[in-house]
Amino acid sequence: MMRTSTALWAFVLFLLSALLMALSLGAGSQGWEWPSQMLAVGDAVQAQILWDIRLPRSLGAWLAGALLGLAGAVAQGLFRNPLADPYLLGSASGASLGVSVYMGAWGGSLTATGWATRLGMTGAAFAGAVLAVLLTLMLARGVHQTLRLLLAGVVVGVVLGAVTSLATLLHPEALLAMQGFLLGSTAFVGWSASLTMSLALLLCVVLALAMARVLDALALGEATARSLGMPLSTARVVLIAVLSLATGAAVAQTGLIAFVGLAAPHAVRSRVHTTHAGLLLLSALMGGLLLLAADLLARSAVPAQELPVGVFTAVLGGGYLLWRMRAAQQGAQS
Amino acid sequence: MRKHGLWLLVVVMALWMLQAQALTVQDDAHQSVEIKTPVRRVVSLLPSLTETVCALGACDRLVGVDRYSNWPASVQALPKLGGGIDPSIEGVVAQRPDVVLMASSTRGADRLQALGVTVLRLEPRTRADAQRVLFTVAMALGLPATTAQRTWQELQSGVDQAVAQLTPQARAQRVYVEVSPAPYGASESSFIGENLMRMGVSNILPAAMGPFPKVNPEFVVRAQPDAIIAGDSSRQSMLMRPGWSQLRALREERVCVFAQEQADILVRAGPRMAEGARLIVDCLNRAAAKASKGRG
Repeated sequence: MMRTSTALWAFVLFLLSALLMALSLGAGSQGWEWPSQMLAVGDAVQAQILWDIRLPRSLGAWLAGALLGLAGAVAQGLFRNPLADPYLLGSASGASLGVSVYMGAWGGSLTATGWATRLGMTGAAFAGAVLAVLLTLMLARGVHQTLRLLLAGVVVGVVLGAVTSLATLLHPEALLAMQGFLLGSTAFVGWSASLTMSLALLLCVVLALAMARVLDALALGEATARSLGMPLSTARVVLIAVLSLATGAAVAQTGLIAFVGLAAPHAVRSRVHTTHAGLLLLSALMGGLLLLAADLLARSAVPAQELPVGVFTAVLGGGYLLWRMRAAQQGAQS
Repeated sequence: MRKHGLWLLVVVMALWMLQAQALTVQDDAHQSVEIKTPVRRVVSLLPSLTETVCALGACDRLVGVDRYSNWPASVQALPKLGGGIDPSIEGVVAQRPDVVLMASSTRGADRLQALGVTVLRLEPRTRADAQRVLFTVAMALGLPATTAQRTWQELQSGVDQAVAQLTPQARAQRVYVEVSPAPYGASESSFIGENLMRMGVSNILPAAMGPFPKVNPEFVVRAQPDAIIAGDSSRQSMLMRPGWSQLRALREERVCVFAQEQADILVRAGPRMAEGARLIVDCLNRAAAKASKGRG
């Protein structure tokens, strides 16, 4: 039963994503255009706009969303905390610190397409994210107390954010790039960035699915999981690596985009009751769909102009969580 | 004299390059950029670069500008292609530019280059920069260097004329220039500071502080400038700052507040620098006149 509903939901989310992807090919800088008409002209520039700008960008938005959704599901399962997400654990701040240090030291701009720069930046973001998560865990002395964990995450996020600002001030030539980075944008995502993210997503999904059974056992409590013979310490290391790689890969290509990682697993859980394997997969699909939808809105809400996609994810994701909160309260009252 | 020799060399080189099908231009990011000639469609993503193109008489080749470019009036009708943080990649590509002029700090240059767009990164911050950029843009547009030379000379004589209008009392003033109410000031090493220095007017912010330093409000109170030059946005906040009511320049109203349109002229290191110099000279003359009235 469960398996069919998971598969069904995966299919629905995939279909919706494909639909939005097709729609997004028509959302241009000057308003809506029919992609088929653009190609019919047989003009090289129109084709380039379609295949080298809009398609990798839409794909990049979906991939970044999927990475963040997966990171959120991993964090919530691993820390057994529904509020854990890449942002609240400080890992996104760590990733952006990594990127800013990289930009300061090597002068690589965020939109660089050279493979060395792309991988270097992703690596730096990954290292920063790992550092931040470890710092948070150390300050919280483990994952058991929700309040401690969240507080430590906030503290690490704020402190690393301050260090990022300092690093940016020391390199005024990178100021604009960094400012844009903090807003979050999918506008500069090309094929190389998309490919980097898809490789990271593939690796993260495989690793996370391999550990899904441990997450299922963990949901019953740590003692139970241990008594079931689960390799808890290995799973922790692997899952923290997955969380950091997913966050780092998304942040390095698109900047800071909030709420997707938090909202995607919640949206899945509210509709489907499934094992962690299903939850991880569906959260990635849901995250991709959410960010793709936000990106489409950001591109087409105001004609001939583009709003920062981070603004939309904050409004969409934040609004959704508030609505969930109200629904939960009313459910408790009745 | 050595300078003239250098320009002669530039002229000769430019003439030689005109023969070629593609020309190579060195941009401010130290990259040799190959530009296919003739250049008919130009996108500029920085106001001072837009103004430079137009000052060279090539305004009609512009097919798109950033959203802050507003002079001359004709560019306001062109497609707006975003700003420094969010240039529209698709918008730029859709204009099929032969060359895109943009600041090195503007995002997206690499992305545009990866899409096969010719990008020239230029950074006009000082007077020397403005001169270099003028000649580079002229070369990129395939204009003879004599055109750039003539434009530059007209500009310089305009600045000289403005400076000549400065009264001796006005020249003796020590000035504080505020570019934004944070407050950020313009030091001797900024483009505005260079103009002041050329006038023989002293700036309370030394070059060592960097071109546009964040200023400690106490520093200004201690320095007691004779006159203050500021943008419209600073007017309200200046009187609110602790201790600033004691500033002589504020008490005697020796303050020039420039509206956005004029402030644009002051801060853009481009072909309107003579106009900017005239604004500053007028301001300092007025301030000096107020001072002599106050004391007399």
